[in-house]
Amino acid sequence: MPLSALEIYKLLPKTNCKECGFPTCLAFAMRVAAKQVELDACPYISEEAKEKLAAASRPPMRLVTVGVGDNKIEVGNETVLFRHDRTFVHEPGLMIRIKDTQPIKEIEETAAQVDGYYVERVGMKLCLNGVALENASGEVETYLKALKAVQANTDLPLILMAKDPKVMAAALENLGDENPLIYAATKDNWSEMVELAKEYKCPLAVYEADGLDELAGLVQQVEEAGVEEIVLDPGTRGFNDSLNVMTQIRRLALKRNFRLFGYPIITFPGEGTNSIEEETILAGQHIAKYGGFIVLEHFNPAQIYPLLTLRLNIFTDPRVPIQMEPGVYEFGEPTPESPLLTTTNFSLTYFSVAGEIEASGVPSWLLVCDSEGMSVLTAWAAGNFDAERIAKDVKRFGVADKISHRKIIIPGLVAVIMGELEEELGGDWKVLVGPKEAMEIPRYLKEVWE
Amino acid sequence: MAVEVEIPKENWSNAVVEVTIGATEAEGGTRSKTVTVGGETTLPFLHFEGEIPHPPVVAVEIQDHYPEDWSPLLLETWGDNVLHDPALWAEKAEGCGADLIMLRLRGKDEKGNRTTPEEAVQTVKKVLEATGLPLIVRGPGEAEHDNELLVAVAEAAEGERIVMGLCEDKNYRTIVAAAMAHGHLVISSTPMDVNLSKQLVILITDMRFPIDRILVDPTTGALGYGIEYGYSVMERTRIAGLQGDKMTALPMICFVGEECWRQKELKVNEGVPPAWGDWLIRSINWEAMTATTLIHSGADVVTIRHPKTVEIVKGFIERMMAGN
Repeated sequence: MPLSALEIYKLLPKTNCKECGFPTCLAFAMRVAAKQVELDACPYISEEAKEKLAAASRPPMRLVTVGVGDNKIEVGNETVLFRHDRTFVHEPGLMIRIKDTQPIKEIEETAAQVDGYYVERVGMKLCLNGVALENASGEVETYLKALKAVQANTDLPLILMAKDPKVMAAALENLGDENPLIYAATKDNWSEMVELAKEYKCPLAVYEADGLDELAGLVQQVEEAGVEEIVLDPGTRGFNDSLNVMTQIRRLALKRNFRLFGYPIITFPGEGTNSIEEETILAGQHIAKYGGFIVLEHFNPAQIYPLLTLRLNIFTDPRVPIQMEPGVYEFGEPTPESPLLTTTNFSLTYFSVAGEIEASGVPSWLLVCDSEGMSVLTAWAAGNFDAERIAKDVKRFGVADKISHRKIIIPGLVAVIMGELEEELGGDWKVLVGPKEAMEIPRYLKEVWE
Repeated sequence: MAVEVEIPKENWSNAVVEVTIGATEAEGGTRSKTVTVGGETTLPFLHFEGEIPHPPVVAVEIQDHYPEDWSPLLLETWGDNVLHDPALWAEKAEGCGADLIMLRLRGKDEKGNRTTPEEAVQTVKKVLEATGLPLIVRGPGEAEHDNELLVAVAEAAEGERIVMGLCEDKNYRTIVAAAMAHGHLVISSTPMDVNLSKQLVILITDMRFPIDRILVDPTTGALGYGIEYGYSVMERTRIAGLQGDKMTALPMICFVGEECWRQKELKVNEGVPPAWGDWLIRSINWEAMTATTLIHSGADVVTIRHPKTVEIVKGFIERMMAGN
């Protein structure tokens, strides 16, 4: 929360020397509060005062970076509790946990799988963010071996999980400038872990399961020792405790300006659940409700794909209805004899239809109409995808010049406009009613369209 | 060295209305139990700052005729015998742990014959006999036919306090009148807009229909197919209700099964990327996560199609209510 004029005034020398250009320190303070002048216009301002002002104008929740380069994960900097109040900004990192007690071959395989995994949705490539490597063995050599195996198979960011600072130190030595997340500082080892975080300039997770008072106390110690990028682990591993506690932490950071909790949270949904399905829905809960780093126990595509999708959905900016540019889109080098389909410019609709046309292998034309970003049924109900609108766009984009036939395939959901559209188009235009679901398009194009 | 933390509690001023579905013999019906939803004094499961007197519930969807357009995974798990017999289906659904049954009238039979009111009544009667669970009945989704069938069903099911749907702003009077005359409940359905939702509730209650016999359908999409729109509309609706707006403080219902099982990820497995993983596991995850995410945004009733999803979602609800 920015400082008020009075609070700023308290930081000034109060000599009314006028060297800042204002008659009194109070007048100057008021201008600074209004952001009309910089604090350092005062030649006598102390470093402490500068710090205090900077601290007060900081965002309520820190941005924490793990990893380097293009694959780095940035989490935090959230400003709202509900996406509808503005938007959520940074997608949580989704990581897979590997234990150093697993056979080396398995470690290599999992790391490679994590590295190579992706799915495409709405024209975007969705990926996992990295690996959390756990020192389950308690031994240095085993951990280093495992770390080597992981690094040989992925460049993605890492979370180093070790209780023993000596093991952590050895691992960090081998990681150099990779900027892994150190997990974690606890009541027992915090000062050593803090030293490592400072030495290697890495973010540091802080674990404390004995309640928020204790967690805040430990965070304060870590902060005072000089660590700036912190990740919180309140130790909640179930559905109910994690929801309630994570909500409290987020509220404290955003609504009460409780700076000690102004950091992202790390979760381990697999630890409190009894099946992969349970883990999946708990991870989903963490995506929606304030998780910053989410560590899964398994690499299982049937689990990961839905989670990546949910993450994409929840972190979409609700203020921006994702739309495609209206116009004629070509698929697979269509000829004037190729089929012409039409749909709306809502991006989800577009990508569903486009994907299916591609999958059909039939070269086609797709007229994407300006439905103001609405899906087929919504647009039709709102009058944004009716006979008039489609005919208008057929004309606007010179569709008739691209095709030799006069047939247009409309989505099955708006079959009712068939007659009207034929009328609007005039001439010898014929309207064909396509399937209701995009996934039927390949069959339709292959069987119905000659 | 601990630091004192003051737990931040919101001061919500209003509770969600409590709605009861079904009626036992003592109450004039034949249900073996009733289901009550709503009554929350805070956002979903925030036990630290409010009361959640009733857990969200799971309705299993059955249909009056063989659902030939359903995913092969669903056809396989329920079995042909069951899918051809709504009474058997209702029985099996109850056996999977459903809290309620939602009977969807398809509108026509396997041969394409339009369902008559008499046929609809027959089916509803059979289902009411086969299961003791409270019942939701949805029409085929075409205004005239909905009215025709639901008016007859309302009369035949008098005393059972069933839920009838859907009431939309273009068509609600007939269904509401029938529900009023025969002591039933209605679903007020609007397309993803807080104000439209509020408006329709006002129109329905203006007919002197009791507010505690309405479930609100905000319209939601499946995971990956619009879930976030419904999710945010629901969070806004629920917050408005808790802050005092009585016309938005109603329990909400989401047709999760219907939305999810239309989608490619659950319907097909041929030609899909290997990154999609095992068909059944991803389908269950898809339906389960849609349901739980929407419950987190305020859904009090979710309708599900796969028995395994019922198990997972009910387990989730149990854990969220038990505080662990």
